[in-house]
Amino acid sequence: MHDSTALRWVRGVVLTLLTIFTVLPLYVMVVSSVKPLQDVQGAFTWVPSHVTFQPFVDMWHTVPLGRYFMNSLIVSVSATVCSVLIAIITGYAVSRYKFRGRGTFMTVVLSTQMFPGILFLLPLFLIFVNIDRYTGIVLYGSRLGLTITYLTFALPFSIWLIAGYFDTIPRELDEAARVDGAGPIRTLIRVLLPVAAPGIVAVAIYAFMTAWGEVLFASVLTDESTRTLAVGLRGYANQSNVYWNQVMAASLVISLPVVIGFLGLQRFLVHGLTAGAVKT
Amino acid sequence: MSETITAPGDAPARVPGKPGGRRRPPRGRKVLPYLLLLPALIAELAIHVIPMLVGAWMSLLHLTQFFIRNWTAAPYGGLTNYRVAMDLNGPVGKDLLHSFFVTVAVTVLVVSGAWLFGLAGSVLLDRPFRGRGALRTLFLVPYALPVFTAVITWRFMFQRDNGMVNTVLSDELHIQHGHPFWLLGGNSFAALVIINIWRLWPFAFLTLTAGLQSIPGDLHEAAAIDGAGFLRRLRSVTLPLLRPVNRVLLLVLFLWTFNDFNTAYILFDLPPTSADVISIHIYNASFITWNFGLGSAMSVLLLAFLLVVTLGYLGTGRLRRRYA
Repeated sequence: MHDSTALRWVRGVVLTLLTIFTVLPLYVMVVSSVKPLQDVQGAFTWVPSHVTFQPFVDMWHTVPLGRYFMNSLIVSVSATVCSVLIAIITGYAVSRYKFRGRGTFMTVVLSTQMFPGILFLLPLFLIFVNIDRYTGIVLYGSRLGLTITYLTFALPFSIWLIAGYFDTIPRELDEAARVDGAGPIRTLIRVLLPVAAPGIVAVAIYAFMTAWGEVLFASVLTDESTRTLAVGLRGYANQSNVYWNQVMAASLVISLPVVIGFLGLQRFLVHGLTAGAVKT
Repeated sequence: MSETITAPGDAPARVPGKPGGRRRPPRGRKVLPYLLLLPALIAELAIHVIPMLVGAWMSLLHLTQFFIRNWTAAPYGGLTNYRVAMDLNGPVGKDLLHSFFVTVAVTVLVVSGAWLFGLAGSVLLDRPFRGRGALRTLFLVPYALPVFTAVITWRFMFQRDNGMVNTVLSDELHIQHGHPFWLLGGNSFAALVIINIWRLWPFAFLTLTAGLQSIPGDLHEAAAIDGAGFLRRLRSVTLPLLRPVNRVLLLVLFLWTFNDFNTAYILFDLPPTSADVISIHIYNASFITWNFGLGSAMSVLLLAFLLVVTLGYLGTGRLRRRYA
């Protein structure tokens, strides 16, 4: 089967256009982060007048970026750990047991994905404020409140993906473990988890990305001391005199770990997506 | 051994004649799955289901800034908030309807754009050639990037005087004259659509690539031997086989775009009317006036609309069938 010349030509043009479209913002981010301030305040230039790494130093002082970073890191890691643990337990139940209400449970959990965030935001804000008032447990403006909120965001997709993974593991393995005297929990840890490890890694990345990039709830549920990067970075851009080179440097530092993590493990994510999709 | 093997999940059958043989599975096995579901159930109830019900209740209250810390004391208003939100002659209803139409327009353009780009990318990268792996990885980067860093970069690019877009379009390509504003006035609609397509098409690309890999290659071979050209194969082989993938993909793209808050929030200090999408409209209506009752009523209307569209699209019970 040979491609015609016309087809090869079309492919070249379309792929080039898509590449340019994709790369332009990435290029702007990288090149602007090494520009001196006068370069980003004047007309745009494709190359810096001279390369400087000063923005990567200065960005920590213009806004309390270090604090935002720590807040984001603490919240995202805690939310990821919790949601992965919960998703494993739930995925195990859904995959290995037949029980009444299983279909309803999955339908309800998955359908929460489609609800607009704004719908939960107002009541959640009120509930948090009132829990504080009546019990003294501080959820509003705290990292704890944000962590609890974020862990539920990744949960539906994570459960679906992990259950799909478990389903591909033959039940004979469970039976063999049971004959050897292992209980359900031991079977889960010894038999299922090692096989489903790629799926669990994929879910962890997904959960981390979800929490790391969330904006809407962070903008309302945090205060100055618990502010995350998502809201903090916007603060940079709202100042009257914006240090765009520092903003781009900060964006680059914030993005790099997530992008590398995602690209390094995209194989697992894609595999997970298809493992889940095969069942539909 | 006289024990018979039974279906998995059942208790092993008892040897007949044994006194008091237990017919029912041991208690623990029936309770265990529910115990395992408990953490997820509690989390979903606490953050999604209960707030949703509270939200529905709030939409019936005159919940203004005086009652935020003591919302149970807010007076009951019945359907007043809904009446205000849907009154097309009043300023609130008029703005909400305008925002709805803006969101519909954004969604139609973004979903079709992202889908088309994703299809083109995945189909053209389906045949192996040098550099294919690198391109596949590159195309996924916008999806991997945190929303706020991506949008803030675009915000810089769309700046009037020091942004890249105006420099390229006016000074280098001479397509437009002067330096127009992109983040104020009518152009902001275009800016919003472009950024959303940029962010979402990699997801369509990823999903369609996975979908294409499940299509056996010999189908294409056979069609090619029969003399079908590229477009003919695309129309008669590829697209029909991608149907199930497209069904879910289009729905997900629709819901994401329609509910999207992040892009407009980070792109603008306060969104111009031409880019006033519904999520941010409700957000501002709620937090600028602190009228949470009215904001909740608008949210419930939004949910009702999404539910009708989704259920109409899916037919009924497709999710249920999957796990029943």
